[in-house]
Order: sequence, then structure tokens, then C-alpha cells
Amino acid sequence: MREIVKVENLTTGYDNQKVLDSVSLKVYEGEKIVIMGPSGSGKSTFLKSIVRLVEPWSGRIFLNGLEVTSPDVDIRKIRQMTGFVFQNYNLFPHMTVLKNVLLPLLIVKKMDKESALKRALKVLKEVNMLEFKDKYPLQLSGGQQQRVAIARALAMDPIILLLDEPTSALDPDLRDEVLNTLRKIAEEGIAMIIVTHEVDFAIDVADKIVFMDKGKIIEEGKPREIIYKTKSDMIKRYLKSIHVR
Amino acid sequence: MIIDLSFFLNIIPYLLEGVKITLEVSLTSFIIGFIVSSIITPVRIFLKMPFTLPINTYVELIRGTPVLVQLFIIYFGLPSMGIYFDPLWAGIIALGINSGAYQAEILRSSIKSIPESQYLSAESLGMNNLQIYRYVIFPQAIRIAIPALINELVTLVKESSLVSIIGVADLMRKGEYIVASTFRAFEVYLVVAAVYFIMCYILSSMSHRIETLLKIPGYERS
Repeated sequence: MREIVKVENLTTGYDNQKVLDSVSLKVYEGEKIVIMGPSGSGKSTFLKSIVRLVEPWSGRIFLNGLEVTSPDVDIRKIRQMTGFVFQNYNLFPHMTVLKNVLLPLLIVKKMDKESALKRALKVLKEVNMLEFKDKYPLQLSGGQQQRVAIARALAMDPIILLLDEPTSALDPDLRDEVLNTLRKIAEEGIAMIIVTHEVDFAIDVADKIVFMDKGKIIEEGKPREIIYKTKSDMIKRYLKSIHVR
Repeated sequence: MIIDLSFFLNIIPYLLEGVKITLEVSLTSFIIGFIVSSIITPVRIFLKMPFTLPINTYVELIRGTPVLVQLFIIYFGLPSMGIYFDPLWAGIIALGINSGAYQAEILRSSIKSIPESQYLSAESLGMNNLQIYRYVIFPQAIRIAIPALINELVTLVKESSLVSIIGVADLMRKGEYIVASTFRAFEVYLVVAAVYFIMCYILSSMSHRIETLLKIPGYERS
């Protein structure tokens, strides 16, 4: 299988504080990876580093064979190949739902208006948000906003979706609508890295769970093996803290 | 003192001619200032030294010196270098350059109040800095800046009275002409003050209407 993402010995942090310590990971075409771990373990930083939203201090990152960490790379081209979904949706509040999805297609992908509109409407339909296309983000619930954010990322036709705790800011009932949308998208075969605490979702969807703590990957493997058979006390404590027995 | 109503009625049409010039000077210099600040602000935000040095120097120099001195430099000083402006344009340029610095500060603080997550979101989509500023940050920042920008326009209307010193026939200058021929300084300057007040009051009330007009739908719920 083709490698979509290869991370080699990635170390990074903020100011002088190291957050990631020599992390390595490979993601193959169509693979779904769930990253779990306690708060502050470096999960989000890892995800952001893949598209250099956080600058790596050392190590190398490859996306579809292109070196993301090369000084000569056009990072905007790399970002166009990925779809990033944030915990707090980060939609543009002054634009309608449709414009949020349409804008990057027009100004980044440089699509003509007609094809961009067709694509935007298609992805909005896919996440069941078509009827809200003329609403503004702040007129929507958190779950609806997150589905628009997923649509916006999908519209760019990415080779991988990077989802940073997409349900953490949501109430339980809204969480399900986002998780169901993600399950549907996962079935379509796109590669995904999802930072989440949703164990049931991880068991259903993930090909692999990567468990992080203190900036390092401490265990990785099949979801059921990690969740039910781990020998790590740290992981057991974490799972207990999120009510998994 | 006996209030002579017919005197007021007689001078008002003459003063209104000055109002036209006052509005011309303040609105044009506001627009110049807005263009200047809209161009220099992204440079201040997105670029680093040394690109920001001349811009920061401009902003600090303008904000740190009296507008009257700036006006005199342009009107009386520049001719020694062979650059001449008529009084009206000297006034507009001086106030425009002055306002540009203040508006740049207003825009900068509005832009600083846009959450970092908006930049991250735009960057993650592959937008370049110019696109982020043009489509994401500026439209939001301008909404935040509106009350302060209208306030700056009100300040400009009042400060525009300084152009009367270099001979521009604005509202203030028209008042001075009337005083010179009637010696009724108290009544004339009271009327001049009232006209300035009405102009500023109308502009201030516009602020709320523009804010409502440009409000982001759903914002009140968040």
C-alpha cells in the first residue's frame, strides 16, 4: 500500500518547551488512525506539525512522497492536499455556509465558479448540511458547524483528513451527528488521522490506535488490543478516566 | 444681550458654504487615511523587520507630533523643496497622512483581536497571507473597527478647522470672515460650534446604524 504520511523522529514544541519528542508514524492509503492520550500529550501538536501549522524543530515529514519539512517546499501546496478539521470548527463567521466551502475552492484551488459551486453543494449534501447553505456559522449548532467544517475540508479533495478532536467541544447528542458523518466519510476510503477520546468510534472506524503520552508514542496497535488488552498502566488509567472498563 | 434672530438667519447660508468645504476636507482626508492604513496594516501584521521599520516610524512620528505642525510642513515647508500645494490640497494631504497613522492603529488593534484560530483555519486551507488578509481577517476586523473609525472621522471634522489657518474657506474660516466684518464674535462662534456639533452628532449616530447593517448574523447568540 502507498504511504500517504511518513513522520520520522519529529521533535517540536512552543517557544522553548518541547511538546513532541522524536515521534515517528506512517499512514497508508485509506488507513484510519486514531490518536489518543491524555491532555497535553502532544496529540494536537503532532497533527498540526504534519502541515506545519506548528513548525517542526527537527525530524522529517513526508506527505504523498513530498518532503513537508524541506525548506524549498511550497507549504501551501502541501496544505491543499490535506483537509484539517479543528476542535472549535474555525469557520469564517462573516460568510455563509456555502461561501465558507466555496471560498477555498475559488481562491486556493482556482476552480471556475460553476465547478466550485457544484463541488460545494455536493459535499454539503454529503454531510447533510445542504438546507443550511445560506445560514451563517453562528446561526448553527456546534454539531452543524463541525459538519460544515468537515465539508469544507472534504471539498478540497484531500488525500488525507486530519481531525483534531472534532467532537470535544460538543454536547453528547451533537457528538453523535458528527461521529456518524465521520463514519460515513471513513467508509469512502479516504485516509484519516483523528485525535479523539471517543473509544467506541475508534473501535468502529480505526485501523490502528496510536497512544501518546508526554510527547511520545507509547503504544500503537489494533483498537481492541489497545483498549482491552493493553499492559500499560498509564493507558489503563487514561481509559478509566474516560469511563472505559 | 439681545438675541437677534435675523442675524443668525443671515449668516447661516454663508456658513453652510463653509460646511461644504469642511466636509470635503474631512471626508477626503478620511478616505486617504483609510487607503493608507488598509495598505500598511497587513505589512505591519504579516511582515517583520526591516519592512515594518518605515511604517512604524511613520505611525509613531505622525502620532507624536501636532497635526498643525504637519500641516505647516506641507504647506509652508515643502515649497522650499519645490513642492507646492494649494491650501485646500495641503490641508487634505496633511490631515489624510495624519489620519492614516491613527486609522492604522485602529485597524491593527482590530486585527489583533481576531482569534488566532481564524489564521490557522485559513492557513490550513492553503491560503496565502494576502488572501487571509483580504478574505478572512480584514472583513472581520473592519466590523470591529467601525465605531473607532467613525470616531476618527468625527475627530477629523473637528481638526479640519485647522485648515482655516492656511486660508481654506471652511466653516471656521467663514465664521472668522463674519466676525471680522460684524465684530459679533460670541454669536458667530456659537453658531459655528453648533454647526460642528450637528455634523459630528449625525456622524456619531451613523456609527450605530452601520454597525447594525454590517453585523455578522447570529453574532448576538454567541
